[in-house]
Amino acid sequence: MNGSDVRIERVSKSFGSFTALDDVSLTINRGEFFSLLGPSGCGKTTLLRIIGGFEEPTDGRVFLDEADVVPIPPNRRHVNTVFQNYALFPHLSVSENIAFPLRLKRTPEADVRRRVGDYLSLVRLNDHAHKRPSQLSGGQKQRVAIARALINEPRVLLLDEPLSALDAKLRQQLLIELDAIHDQVGITFIYVTHDQQEALSVSDRVAVMNDGRVLQVGRPFEIYEAPADGFVAGFIGETNSVDATVVAVNGEMVTLDTAHLGRVLVTDDDPPAVGEQVLFTVRPEKLRVTKELPSQISDTTNRIEGVIDEPIYLGFQSKFYVRLGEGFIVKVFKQHAKYLDEGPEIKWKDKVWVFWSADDGYIVQSGR
Amino acid sequence: MMATSSSPADSLAPPSGRPAGGRGARPRGGSKATGGLYVAPIALWITGFFVAPMLIIIAYSFMARGLYGGVEPRFSLAAYRALINPIFARVTLTTIWISVASTVLTIALALPAAYYMARSGNAKLLLLVIVPFWTNFLIRIYAWIAILGNNGFLNDLLMTLGVTTDFVQFLYNRNAVITVLVYTYLPYAILPLYSTIDRFDFTLLEAARDLGATHLQSLARVLLPGIKTGIFTAVLFTFIPTFGAYAVPQLIGGQDSYMLGNIIARELTITRNWPLSSAISVVIMLITTAGLMVYLYLNRPRKRA
Ligand SMILES: Nc1ncnc2c1ncn2[C@@H]1O[C@H](COP(=O)(O)OP(=O)(O)OP(=O)(O)O)[C@@H](O)[C@H]1O
Ligand SMILES: [Mg+2]
Repeated sequence: MNGSDVRIERVSKSFGSFTALDDVSLTINRGEFFSLLGPSGCGKTTLLRIIGGFEEPTDGRVFLDEADVVPIPPNRRHVNTVFQNYALFPHLSVSENIAFPLRLKRTPEADVRRRVGDYLSLVRLNDHAHKRPSQLSGGQKQRVAIARALINEPRVLLLDEPLSALDAKLRQQLLIELDAIHDQVGITFIYVTHDQQEALSVSDRVAVMNDGRVLQVGRPFEIYEAPADGFVAGFIGETNSVDATVVAVNGEMVTLDTAHLGRVLVTDDDPPAVGEQVLFTVRPEKLRVTKELPSQISDTTNRIEGVIDEPIYLGFQSKFYVRLGEGFIVKVFKQHAKYLDEGPEIKWKDKVWVFWSADDGYIVQSGR
Repeated sequence: MMATSSSPADSLAPPSGRPAGGRGARPRGGSKATGGLYVAPIALWITGFFVAPMLIIIAYSFMARGLYGGVEPRFSLAAYRALINPIFARVTLTTIWISVASTVLTIALALPAAYYMARSGNAKLLLLVIVPFWTNFLIRIYAWIAILGNNGFLNDLLMTLGVTTDFVQFLYNRNAVITVLVYTYLPYAILPLYSTIDRFDFTLLEAARDLGATHLQSLARVLLPGIKTGIFTAVLFTFIPTFGAYAVPQLIGGQDSYMLGNIIARELTITRNWPLSSAISVVIMLITTAGLMVYLYLNRPRKRA
């Protein structure tokens, strides 16, 4: 099997006066595990349905391996879909659901058996071949839907929030399986989700969408560590963001005057100009919180005093909500790597220091 | 307060035997017992107004004919013997033909109509289906006579337009009977079809298309099996009443569309042969039941496809 590349060129989609997709352009590489990530209603499903052939774009074009597929109906595109609600045929058994595409092509019985067997093994459902969909668990249904979508050997597999109906543990497990299946079949996967952890954990690249537009495309760590704007920073993981003005630039070292954190030092390899309005953001796990300021602390370490507003113990980590002088709350996550090596316990109402290195903050420039 | 009042659960518990809702009790045990109570009124109704008359009809069919109608209370197979004649066989075949044709046509018309109504999501269309019920059935049949008659609307129109020079004989034949039967039972077929298609998950059709089915293949392989129960109900709602049809062939039909219902009426009112008309009724019941069984057999759930 071989994947295709998918090129989406200036696609827009309107429903009446409502614009669901606004000038979306994306290039998805052959064999890539590509995620579309965004909040509910941002147009992910609409984009997927356009690629699958269930909606026509109001404007723009969609290419599969350089061929414009907009005029091609869904049954003749080499693209298959795993639907959000699985869409298994209730009147057919598991194996007949998987065999459905082959039956349409009047494949000889022996071939059907062999290939259905192969795909049943791929998704580990051999023991359930004769069950009806209604007799399956959610995770099993999901796997039938995947096998059924793959048996046609499509070039591109579209997955619309395939795990959203499952519980967290199963989701993790199926995600890993899905990744393994992707490695095995080697075709292009376009995976829609509103769960940033899912998107970050298995994707080669992620497109973050909001309000029908693509805000950023990049590898998971780029999206996380270098968000293109305040929305991406806030949507991917948790973060502390404040408005800031650039007051000094010295090489890569930028001094900001921030709204609630006072003077902040931050490094940036493409520094903004003095006087520019920017957004300063720093992830909670990059912050440290202690009762006493450590004795050796470098000049480029930002520090700020506050009071613990709420400590939340989660086992593998603790979350601290630290209230600053003006009432602004800073989130700090502390990983518990070792047992009791972290100094005196931090409790509610404790006065604490929050500090972080200039390397760990990030400037979101509006013009970028 | 807490100590003196007994909880509602206590007062509802059965006086003896296993504790209500206790572990190990069969889950349906309790509901079965109370279920009997709920079913009692409808069971009485059905027994009184359906089962008993049916038994009386069966009993009459095995009795001798009374002189001025009615029956003589003694066993006789005369009625059934009278059925063995070519006229009766021919009328039975005509009846089967007319009711099968009407049923097939009705379903063929009702399916796309119900599909369109369900997909359009416009509930007002449902009202249009019900509107005919506001007018008396016989009046609607006379309306058809006014439309199809020799001096009727349709002939007037055809002659005014110059399509024909003389009137066309639309009425008093098999096609007229089938037309009006289809008209009469169309709503009865549309309603159950609409309600199943409305519940049908249309993403299944998209899934079929996605997997390579053409539009027609997706309808045949996914929609039709998915709405099988609705089609079944619609077939019953048309086949059974058309098989026993009386008024339509009486008013609209002719020699070639004489149906079993008409023989029953004649035997009952003119010749006053009650055992014979009862025997014909029994035959109608047997044929419709047999038709039902065949249909059920053809639609039986298959273990493996
Ligand atoms: N057929 C339609 N008619 C009108 N509006 C529509 C239609 N389909 C989608 N929309 C609108 O387009 C927007 C995007 O919908 P879409 O289903 O693509 O969102 P999504 O990103 O998949 O959201 P979710 O995560 O909730 O599934 C929504 O505001 C939705 O109401
Ligand atoms: Mg969606």
